[in-house]
Amino acid sequence: MKKKKHFLDVISENRFIHILLSILLGFLVGALFLVVMGLSVGAAYGRLISSVTSLKGFSYVIVYSIPYIVVGLSVAFSFKTGVFNIGAEGQFVVGSMAAAVTAILGASIPKPLLIPLCFLAAMLAGAVWGVIVGFLKTKWGINEVLSMIMFNWIAFYLSNFIAGLPAIKSEGTAEATKNIPVNASTLLSKDFINSLGLAPTANWGILVAILMTVLVWFVIEKTTLGYELKAVGSNKFAAEYGGISVNRSILTALAISGALAGLGGALQLMGMGNRISIFSSQEGFGFAGIVVALIGCSNPFGVLIAGIFYGALMYGGSKLNLEGVPTQLISVIVGTVVFFIAISVIFENLKRLKTHADRNAEAAAIKKAEEKKEEKK
Amino acid sequence: MAKEYVDMNTPVIEMRNIVKKFGDFVANDGINLTVHKGEIHAILGENGAGKSTLMNQLYGLLKPTSGDILVNGKKIEMNNPRDAIDAGIGMVHQHFMLVQPFTVTENIVLGTEPTKGVQLDMVTARKNVVEISERYGLSIDPDARIEDISVGMQQRVEILKALYRGADILILDEPTSSLTPQEITELIAIMHNLVKDGKSIIIITHKLKEIKESADFCTIIRMGKYIGTVDVDTVTENDLASMMVGRNVTFKVDKPEQEPGEVVLDVKDLHCLDYRGIEICKGLNLQVRRGEIVGIAGIDGNGQTELVEVITGLRKGTAGQVLVNGVDVFNKSPLFGFEHGVSSIPADRQKHGLVLDFSIEDNLILQNYEKGPFSKKKILQRDPIFAHATQSIEKYDIRPGNSEKRAAGTLSGGNQQKVIIAREVQNNKDLLIAVNPTRGLDVGAIEYVHKYIVDQRNKGKAVLLVSFELDEIMSLSDIIDVIFDGQIVASIPGRDANENDLGLMMAGGGKKA
Amino acid sequence: MTNFVNSFGIILFATLVYATPLLYAALGSCFSEVSGVVNIGIEGMMTAGAFTGTVVAYFTGSPWLGFLCGGLAGAFFGMLHAIATVNLGADQTIAGTAINMLGPGIVIMLAKILFNSTDTVPLTQAQKIPKLFAGVFDTSTVFGRFMDNVFANYASTYLVFAAVLLVWFVFYKTRFGLRMRACGEHPLACETLGINVIKMRFACVCISGFLAGLGGACVTMTMSTQFRPISIVGQGFIAIAAVIFGKFRPQGALLGCLLFGFCSGLKVVLGGSSGINMHLVSMIPYVVTVLALILFVGKSRVPAASGKPFVKAK
Repeated sequence: MKKKKHFLDVISENRFIHILLSILLGFLVGALFLVVMGLSVGAAYGRLISSVTSLKGFSYVIVYSIPYIVVGLSVAFSFKTGVFNIGAEGQFVVGSMAAAVTAILGASIPKPLLIPLCFLAAMLAGAVWGVIVGFLKTKWGINEVLSMIMFNWIAFYLSNFIAGLPAIKSEGTAEATKNIPVNASTLLSKDFINSLGLAPTANWGILVAILMTVLVWFVIEKTTLGYELKAVGSNKFAAEYGGISVNRSILTALAISGALAGLGGALQLMGMGNRISIFSSQEGFGFAGIVVALIGCSNPFGVLIAGIFYGALMYGGSKLNLEGVPTQLISVIVGTVVFFIAISVIFENLKRLKTHADRNAEAAAIKKAEEKKEEKK
Repeated sequence: MAKEYVDMNTPVIEMRNIVKKFGDFVANDGINLTVHKGEIHAILGENGAGKSTLMNQLYGLLKPTSGDILVNGKKIEMNNPRDAIDAGIGMVHQHFMLVQPFTVTENIVLGTEPTKGVQLDMVTARKNVVEISERYGLSIDPDARIEDISVGMQQRVEILKALYRGADILILDEPTSSLTPQEITELIAIMHNLVKDGKSIIIITHKLKEIKESADFCTIIRMGKYIGTVDVDTVTENDLASMMVGRNVTFKVDKPEQEPGEVVLDVKDLHCLDYRGIEICKGLNLQVRRGEIVGIAGIDGNGQTELVEVITGLRKGTAGQVLVNGVDVFNKSPLFGFEHGVSSIPADRQKHGLVLDFSIEDNLILQNYEKGPFSKKKILQRDPIFAHATQSIEKYDIRPGNSEKRAAGTLSGGNQQKVIIAREVQNNKDLLIAVNPTRGLDVGAIEYVHKYIVDQRNKGKAVLLVSFELDEIMSLSDIIDVIFDGQIVASIPGRDANENDLGLMMAGGGKKA
Repeated sequence: MTNFVNSFGIILFATLVYATPLLYAALGSCFSEVSGVVNIGIEGMMTAGAFTGTVVAYFTGSPWLGFLCGGLAGAFFGMLHAIATVNLGADQTIAGTAINMLGPGIVIMLAKILFNSTDTVPLTQAQKIPKLFAGVFDTSTVFGRFMDNVFANYASTYLVFAAVLLVWFVFYKTRFGLRMRACGEHPLACETLGINVIKMRFACVCISGFLAGLGGACVTMTMSTQFRPISIVGQGFIAIAAVIFGKFRPQGALLGCLLFGFCSGLKVVLGGSSGINMHLVSMIPYVVTVLALILFVGKSRVPAASGKPFVKAK
């Protein structure tokens, strides 16, 4: 009865292999571009690798990856619960601004109190931003993708507006907020950084990101809340039939997802950012979060790894122009990776066809067995 | 028993030794079919026997692995439905292939639209549609949107779609599944008219009586294999049945006499709206007592779906009361109803019954995940959940075994239904609502489901059965309530029921009880 | 009064200028969505069009050739999206996200190669899309100035209104349109009638890329004169929003884009003259869109088969 494993099973069952293949293809396509442009593949990729493998380089990678991980968790959480949080960008922005305002106005509060306060403010702001969209959806049936896009921009201009308020704006000529007080900074001590030769922006935000990874995994996999949200996400009709309130679940999912994105904003500000500029365009952390969630297969630990991978590409990519290679090579590589992840469903489709056949064969076998029983009688 | 089949002239359809494989699975294993002009030819087989697969090959939706298809004596390669349409074949699918927001006319002409220059010529289209509907006596409203018309009319639209394309050979896939006996009679009359006109009809069905009433010949398929072709006049329903199943079948359900107890479900003067906001339940009254099965007989669209949705809390009503053991669950949440004694086997098991991505163990606790022993302090307890699944799989014969962690979506339809039954029966509520509980299941699974429904009754539960299969209603119910236009128009003891009277009442010809 | 008429003229001008590229992209989005394919890659397709349009116009000196090539560049990325989603059954959101990375990534790299900068060289007046009726109106009168403001507009604006009419006609008056809409509602029904769903959807997604590309080219060849990495920042998503707002109909999308353009125009006038904070004024278009949705539009009925890959049995 036991058959040898079909090679399709191996490929299709293992999302990890899909991702690795896609990453490989991404770098291949990147290399192709380099060749067409007459640039050295070895030099470019060599620079990419060497810049992230030193201790200092790697500490930069970690610093870069903190917001990507947390926003990636936000988006992954939304995927698991059946909403597509394209609004993570806006939640990130309001979270970041809420943390900045709290930090600047609460500069006199002692550090052990101010930092959690900033985190809380950011999570609350992000959650509110998410819940507004959820409310528009559940109350008036307004398409969440549409309202999220709108609220991304509203968040953006709101942040610019607040950054320009007298109490918040930098006293200098900079078009930005004041720097956050040291009381609200997550940076590691100067001595520690210097003694190890880490990046000057090295901070302990990564610990929060790891904690969140574990927490999100725990909620999704181990709790009744996760059960409810996943049920609504994969089949809201059955969930409703089973007594789960669909609207409440959507709101909860968006609140949690929003809070995570907001926290991502706070971690970015309190570690690397130090202040918020009045931007002329969106920064794209939400968008990056979508990519990270996709590469991480919406699995929290996958997102942790994907976030660091993405951070490495971003930091390493910023060093590419030393080799005369445009930084945008990274976009091409990541875009290709995501593209191949998208079409990796062909493996699953093949598998589904096979499962279908398996199922029929199984049914036939069962029937045959029954028939035999009948005959014996 | 089968009489020798003699070719008189060139058959319009000939399928020779058709084999269709999906991977390793053989869906059709050497099937032959010969249909002559002016003939109604039935294809009989259980669910999953390979009838639809065979017809989808004739209609170009699937390609045979081997074997030949001849139309009017000429071998034809069917690559897509276009080829079938060009060869004069039309198909009416069991699940109608109609574009809901489009009008009747748009649906009929879609794919062969008349044009004036680059512009669609909807005036001509409408004229053509009216003309053809009059010619064949199939009345339709050419300007109505599909989402607004009855199932019967939708079926007529489907037949017209085929005729509009000049089909000489019509394939009807389970055409009677949602029609009343009267509508079925009407359909059979239409079929006879069409063959008189020189058309040939292939009808796929597992309903023996309809075959006897309508078909000239019948080809039987069992588990993908060709069993034989018979002249319908020379065989009895029982002959057909045993050829279909391969053994003798009992249609009777054993059910001991028993006195019903007190009222469990009491629906009083219920009013509610359908999805379009039109009132569909118009003051409906209904009672189900302990230890009895009340069957709701009615044509789809008369309020039975909405009635069940209101009782289970999925739809808000506009007025009335729904008492379960004396507690009003009207316009409360599904969970409230569940807590107060409502459990149900939903009509659409994949939509409402199961979360297909969830494992079987998780599906089995859909209403109870928040209760002990399955969770403690909001944390899921995997061991009890697994143990519960293991014993359910064994007790309810869910196959394959040891499938606790398998996604429900990978099970066969019958086993999916078993998961739902295991869950709902073990919930052990006073009221069990079953909506079309055997739709799409094979004979073995149907017997299984019926057994559990009757078991619940015997254990003193109240059972409300809603089904579009009149046979099922008649064989299971202690009381049959006929629903028409949002009201229960008659309530008669199951043993006194007769199909014709029921049919009349379902079509609005009955008196209010 | 004079002031008011002037301001009003400026608002209308700005409305049209802002709405034009959005409208091209929104019409594109309509094609894709209505045939049953969600296309959030519109943004990336616009970027590709913006770059290609400017570059071709710069090298050939022909704005119209540039404009057309902008469309073709969009169509190329549309084709990538179509191959992934229509032929290979990929998740439409993921594939769209990939397009949004690939589009800008590739063209900015090309900009680096061609111009050794992420920006292209600015176009001359002759290389830009021309304005129609410039100098026709006597700007010394109030009325003339108003007319000049409103009607002395880029040819691409006139073209897009013609395109709305054309798309409406295609959608509701032609065979192609009827079949396309049917594909978005019930692809299997189409297949049983001999309509090739895969081909229809493939075509629609390519058309959607083409129109998005035109929209992108519009941005860099009218309002501004060069392509920069921030030329396309969110217009693609706004266009998608306008389509949802317009209930997936071209005439509805027109309304959505005009409303959005009008609010942006209002922003220009208010931001310049009044004491209201610029950032708050900038929020107006987005807030108004949400409010309009709540108050007037409500639920948008998504085509029934939208987002679901159509996999043909073999």
